[in-house]
Amino acid sequence: MITLPPFALFFAAALAVALTRGLPRNLVLLATPALGALNLWLLPADAAWSLQLLGMDLEPLRIDRMSTLFGYLFHIAALIGIVYALHVRDTLQQVSALLYAGSALGAVFAGDLLSFFLFWEAMAVTSVFLVWARRSPAAYSAGVRYLVIQVISGLLLLVGLMLHWRATGSLAFEYIGTEGGYGWLILVALGLKAAFPLLHSWLVDAYPEATPTGTVFLSAFTTKVAIYALARGFPGTEWLVYVGATMACFPIFFAVVENDLRRVLAYSLVNQLGFMVVGIGIGSQLAINGAVAHAFTDVIFKGLLFMSMGAVLHMTGRINGSELGGLYKTMPRTAVLCIVGAASISAFPLFSGFVSKSMIMSAALKEHYNGIWLVLLFASAGVFHHAGIKIPYFAFFAHDSGIRVSDPPLNMQLAMLIAATLCIGIGVFPGVLYSALPFDVAYTPYDVTHVLTQLQLLLFSALAFVWLNKQGLYPPELNAVHLDVDWSYRRLLPRLAQPVFRGVARADRGLRQLGRGAVAGTVFLARQLHGPGGVLSRQAGTGTMVTWVVLLLAIYLLLSFS
Amino acid sequence: MAGEKRYLFDNPRNVRRILWALYAACILTLSLELVVHRHTEHPWEWLPGFYPAYGFIGCVVLVLVAKWMRKIIIRPEDYYQQRDLPPWPDNGAARRGEDSQ
Repeated sequence: MITLPPFALFFAAALAVALTRGLPRNLVLLATPALGALNLWLLPADAAWSLQLLGMDLEPLRIDRMSTLFGYLFHIAALIGIVYALHVRDTLQQVSALLYAGSALGAVFAGDLLSFFLFWEAMAVTSVFLVWARRSPAAYSAGVRYLVIQVISGLLLLVGLMLHWRATGSLAFEYIGTEGGYGWLILVALGLKAAFPLLHSWLVDAYPEATPTGTVFLSAFTTKVAIYALARGFPGTEWLVYVGATMACFPIFFAVVENDLRRVLAYSLVNQLGFMVVGIGIGSQLAINGAVAHAFTDVIFKGLLFMSMGAVLHMTGRINGSELGGLYKTMPRTAVLCIVGAASISAFPLFSGFVSKSMIMSAALKEHYNGIWLVLLFASAGVFHHAGIKIPYFAFFAHDSGIRVSDPPLNMQLAMLIAATLCIGIGVFPGVLYSALPFDVAYTPYDVTHVLTQLQLLLFSALAFVWLNKQGLYPPELNAVHLDVDWSYRRLLPRLAQPVFRGVARADRGLRQLGRGAVAGTVFLARQLHGPGGVLSRQAGTGTMVTWVVLLLAIYLLLSFS
Repeated sequence: MAGEKRYLFDNPRNVRRILWALYAACILTLSLELVVHRHTEHPWEWLPGFYPAYGFIGCVVLVLVAKWMRKIIIRPEDYYQQRDLPPWPDNGAARRGEDSQ
């Protein structure tokens, strides 16, 4: 059987989807991830496709354990997303979703930095349509901001890889490190898409503005490709430990007060990425395994949570916690599936988050990052607080909003069911995931101490939620905007730039007035001289001229004889 | 909504049951600590009730700090839709219908 590079299949499918309608289109959509996974299965374990271009050695396809795991993960994510979006009748969204998934696959299988860069940019350009497909003014402007930042990340990567090529003479995507200046450029480029602190605002700005189905795709690919690239290029970069710990912590404060429940999930996405970045920064085999495993489980449980909130948005048209509540009454299945996702992200034993997050925590202790471990433990309690309790509580329970809508269409329910089954499946049988991780490290998540302490942490966090609510200390959900870093380029920068622009405008106006004055002066003079009655436009008869000639001659004669 | 079907948590007793189950689970896990020997790695882990206290205090601090932080960062809902910036020097004239000449 002929095997294809994984991205090629998705690109071809996008073309087929653009050309078909109705049932054939749905069949193409569903067949793509299934055939893609089969194709990946059939690809030889050491398959590689290299070519020479202008003296550069390119390797657009490289298969190894890490890329294979991400490859399967993206096929699962694409399948779940496609099933979830099967009811959508929007060619724009369906085509861009397939192109986006294909670009992400291309990026993780790219063996050289130039191919990686091309897919990195393709992800930016294809994914923005999932935001714009909401077709609202807010989504349009959020999409523009998103695209600008994604393209900046691409530019940094391009400059970084050119400097890398000049310094090392190789474009191979292996360990990069921060020894050379190019390393920092590439690290910041990856950090933009991995939502490093202060660089994260595009994510919480754009993801909640995308369509209900688009956010499911968005949450799966871009950030995870960045995590993959960090794990390949910068394992053991200690600086990342502190960056990751900050990422794990600060978003939970925003998530507690945020009203838009999909924005709450976006903040918790940054928080989960923080755990992965810490794992990459620690760099031990266990830590890298933990980071990759957590990326795997996060795609599924975060997808599940985004799907459940997408279902709420799809059915009610609302997503603010202050306007929702009591939905369990008529959306019981969505509520249960949401709780499965919430339990997974909170790392309850027997759910997927538990078996992956604990590897990172253990690795932090083993490498004596005691302070970092405390920070991560706080972040774990916090994530349960805002994603584990707040999301299901404010959407499905809390005060009764009086909204009575049914569960979403069957395809949406099915997609959530697949994700929920995977969450529990991985949580109960972690061995399957562990055996596919990049390194062979023996790790047992289920021992008495670990299960007990994790339960204690989570149950007492829940107790704190109950206590705060009973005391009336819990901040109410308010219809409001909460400022984040994006304020700096949406408000501060324009405000600072304004005096500059005003100065430029004034100088420009002055110069133009000067020029206009000069032109006007010239015109005035010309009109004076040549206009009707002007000195130079007077008509004179030949007689006058003869008189003048005679007069001049007379003067000449007079002068020459005297 | 008289006559509407009564759902599970419309009955306050069911809510109380859930809460009692939570309290019972908290007490159970706390008391299990006395029975089970925990192996510890972190210097603070041996403290009795370390995880429960850390979880509870952590979350209370989280919420109180978030509440304080909200006072600083909260803005009206239409904050980013507002055009509080004075109009662009030339565009403003065009919008007012004046001739830009």
